[in-house]
Amino acid sequence: MSTFRNNQGGLTDRSKPLRFRFNGREYSGFSGDTLASALLANGVHLVSRSIKLHRPRGIFGAGAEEPNAILQIGSGNAFDLPNQRATQVELYDGLVAKSVVGWPSPQFDVYGVLQWLKPFLPAGFYYKTFMWPASLWMRYEHFIRRMAGLGISPTEADPDIYDKRFAHCDVLVVGAGPAGLATALAAGRTGARVMLVDEDSRAGGSLLGAPAMIDGKPSEQWIATALAELGAMPHVRVLARATAFGYFDHDLVAVAERITDHLPPGSTNLPRQRLWRVRARRVVVATGAIERSLVFKDNDRPGVMLASAVGTYLNRYGVRCGRRAVVFTNNDSAYRTALDLHAAGIAVAAVIDSRTGPQGAGPDAVRAAGIPLLDSSVVSSTRGRKRLSGVSVMRVSGDAVQQGFETRIDCDLLAISGGWSPAIHLHSHAGGKARWDETTLCFVPGDALQQNVSAGAAAGNFDLAQSLAEGHAAGASTAAACGFGGSPGASPTAAAAAAGSAISPLWLVPSPAPADDARKFVDFQNDTTAADIALAVREGYHSIEHVKRYTALGFGTDQGKTGNINGMAILAKTLGQSIPETGTTTFRPAYTAAAFGALAGADTGALFDPVRVTPMHEWHLQAGALFEIVGQWHRAWYYPHAGEDMHAAVQRECRAVRNGVGLLDYSTLGKIDIRGPDAAEFLERVYTNGWKGLGVHRCRYGVMLGEDGMIFDDGVTTRLGDQHFLMTTTTGGAARVLSHLERWHQTEWPDLKVWMTTVSDQWSTAVIAGPKSRELLSRVCTDIDLAREAFPFMSCREGSVAGIRARVLRVSFTGELSFEIMVPASRGLALFQALEVAGKDLGITPYGTETMHVLRADKGFIIVGQDTDGSMTPQDMGMHWIVGKRCDFIGWRSLSREYSTDPQRKHFVGLLTDDPKAVIPEGAQLLAEPSTVIPAQMVGHVSSSYFSPSVERSIALALVKGGQQRIGEKVHAALADGRFIAATITKPLFYDPAGERQNV
Amino acid sequence: MLLIECPWCGQRAEIEFSCGGEAHIARPADPGSMSDEAWADYLFMRKNTRGLHREQWNHSSGCRRWFNVERDTVTYRINAVYRMGQNAPEASA
Repeated sequence: MSTFRNNQGGLTDRSKPLRFRFNGREYSGFSGDTLASALLANGVHLVSRSIKLHRPRGIFGAGAEEPNAILQIGSGNAFDLPNQRATQVELYDGLVAKSVVGWPSPQFDVYGVLQWLKPFLPAGFYYKTFMWPASLWMRYEHFIRRMAGLGISPTEADPDIYDKRFAHCDVLVVGAGPAGLATALAAGRTGARVMLVDEDSRAGGSLLGAPAMIDGKPSEQWIATALAELGAMPHVRVLARATAFGYFDHDLVAVAERITDHLPPGSTNLPRQRLWRVRARRVVVATGAIERSLVFKDNDRPGVMLASAVGTYLNRYGVRCGRRAVVFTNNDSAYRTALDLHAAGIAVAAVIDSRTGPQGAGPDAVRAAGIPLLDSSVVSSTRGRKRLSGVSVMRVSGDAVQQGFETRIDCDLLAISGGWSPAIHLHSHAGGKARWDETTLCFVPGDALQQNVSAGAAAGNFDLAQSLAEGHAAGASTAAACGFGGSPGASPTAAAAAAGSAISPLWLVPSPAPADDARKFVDFQNDTTAADIALAVREGYHSIEHVKRYTALGFGTDQGKTGNINGMAILAKTLGQSIPETGTTTFRPAYTAAAFGALAGADTGALFDPVRVTPMHEWHLQAGALFEIVGQWHRAWYYPHAGEDMHAAVQRECRAVRNGVGLLDYSTLGKIDIRGPDAAEFLERVYTNGWKGLGVHRCRYGVMLGEDGMIFDDGVTTRLGDQHFLMTTTTGGAARVLSHLERWHQTEWPDLKVWMTTVSDQWSTAVIAGPKSRELLSRVCTDIDLAREAFPFMSCREGSVAGIRARVLRVSFTGELSFEIMVPASRGLALFQALEVAGKDLGITPYGTETMHVLRADKGFIIVGQDTDGSMTPQDMGMHWIVGKRCDFIGWRSLSREYSTDPQRKHFVGLLTDDPKAVIPEGAQLLAEPSTVIPAQMVGHVSSSYFSPSVERSIALALVKGGQQRIGEKVHAALADGRFIAATITKPLFYDPAGERQNV
Repeated sequence: MLLIECPWCGQRAEIEFSCGGEAHIARPADPGSMSDEAWADYLFMRKNTRGLHREQWNHSSGCRRWFNVERDTVTYRINAVYRMGQNAPEASA
């Protein structure tokens, strides 16, 4: 048994020793230990160096408030966890931890020299010094960050899995301390659905560190009884290791449950953490309170700890944090620590109380135990290098120390208490303000803005008996508010505390020299001192929000849980105003950091964004296709033969379509089935052209505008019956178009009798295109007359293809004779296979989206989203012909706005390069002259550009200012390398201008 | 995350919905008679209300119905939910 571990008492399991390593040395602890308690049991206090001044720092707290013991957990692999609070890391066998600040170690830190430079490193030092010259900041930053040490994130992918789920309950109780347990019992007994969550591995809260008698039995037994009663209620769920880290709108509380963090990495196949999104009808915040630090000279030495933490290590873990202790306080709570230490046989050299003549049970018991009690006194400074060796005590009168009356006391442990701050974080997340209480000197919850109430210490009620009663009442009232009228049973009881002396303000401990303020630390994690706050005020920062940002007060991973109120009070005093006038800062989620993994849950990798593939996907894979990602779709891009690059493959595929027959998977196109007596009327309102006159089994191309007159989507719509249409949309626009149609129908034209539904996934489409496509189709389709006159261009037939019921559309996106064959999705693959076999001797060639793009560019057919960008009208695109004479379609009025009719708008044109082999990069800017003068006078940009085998030269589509009036003029495309490509503006049509090839 | 009561499906989490912005912007009956300025006002100008704000919401991952919500832009409290075509609640705040 180590010198610092008691042989009995506490909640660790001495029959289960655990080995662990810290900074390369082997230690042992027990099951039930945290990393912090195990280190302290081995006499290790010094765990890190401070971030800026590299001062030695030790374990300070015992829970979420810990500012110093922020360690790297793991042995240098993908499971590593940076920035973990040792006070909340549960020990497991084989745990490896190391410090992140201090090189080569916190014991021998070469940067430790910085602490002697403190007079030259005030708040704002880095801003003032290293921001100039600006060009060097990046270099400075590299070194400053390495010196500071911020933890090391693994570079590998996170090997853990995570889970996330919703939960609903009547009453969510946050915190399983005395108030929370009383709340859960009362609410649960009424039959209300209760969730009780606590960040700790054990229920009990403050009772774990400060046991008491409840209902006449030791609190440990009472907790067990309460958990057993709750466990027997099927409508109650209790979660341990579950931190409610954020309270969001409409009573949604986010809870991160740590499922395997207390086990060796990779030792289970359970999710590491689970994010619970709890929607509660009522929330009881019973999150307790956090003890405050005291601000005196050299208050940051290892061995200086919160009094409540010292009590917790002793009572919960059986760990003695030192051999000879001094207790320093401005309130009654630390007397308990002094008495517990004394009872455990640890020498308590003195209790230093800043108050004059403190009365009550605590001081009486201390005096009775023979512990020296020095009142009207403060610890004015500490001694020791890497560990506390003694303190100086001075008497105070008013706000000053009495010079010449300094007492030196040797000790290796200083337990301090500056009072308590209720953990009002969740109340604040929920929108509630804080109210300053002059009696208890803390911010307590003001009016709640959501369905939350606070109980116990979180509400500023620090008495156990009253906390139990308040928790019970909160449980009863919230359950009743949810309609549960059952009996909440009797409230647990504890003995009422004897009256004591009130807490007395001690925000900044006086000391003999004003220069001492530069070593009185307010925020340990950011090395913010009392002098820094005074400096900020002198430099003109008076708002707490500004002072925080200038001094970094409260900006660490601990968010200033132990120091913020002291800092605010010091600011208030410097400004000569009250604390409420200075204001509190608003707490924002997260209370403690939540793992990104838990927030993502299982929504990572392939599940982050679903991948959509067509029924022919396997066929494409076997044919060697490469894929292009279009929205969520993976579309066959091109099918390279052995030795072919993309250019060669695309040229071959293009020639096959122009000269033989090509096969394209067109299944990804959006398809919307539209029916109803007003279907044609509806189409006339959402498209720019006429639809009522379209014959049954005829197809028509349509362009859809937004109300702003800009092209939104396009596609071919087929009339399948008098009241029945099949609309196609762009692949990427399918969902957007359906939403657009539904919105206009539901919000503007609910009188129209029309119904629409997506059928994109219900139909597979194969396109056969090329002069031999009719021949091919005739081999697999015998019940449709395919003759030119019998099945004219832009019409539709229903029949069977390869024995599959099919809709066949004679439309063309290539300019060639072409058929789109639509079959039920489940038969798409069979259709493709049948066409492949039937077309073998015709040289049938699969082609992908790239070839499709080249072939349509030959014809100047636009691709919405590539040649348009949401700012192009049909007129801009040279499509005046598609805009009907009617004036009631969406976007009509916008087409005549002055803005839309400006002749200098960008127009859709073709470009032919002077050098027929030079292909302009898509996106290239166009200039009137090849000039490098800045700013360049840009006249347009290239939207599509290819080498076209159809015309055996480079072609491009572009948007050029006033382009329709500039046909024949020269423009120059600027390349990234400074060169220019000269080109002539043409009409956007390069191949078969009369359109004869599709009409054969 | 808001809890929104779809008039058809009941209470659902905000992630099932999409917001369509300000409600009760009537589409002009005769756009042809409008000045460019008046038309642009209809097209682009929206209120930036502090307090009770009426907006369109769509249960896009649910029943796909559009409906109206009266929501306080300060507290995010939802004051009323009502169907398309129904009258807005009396000015309540």
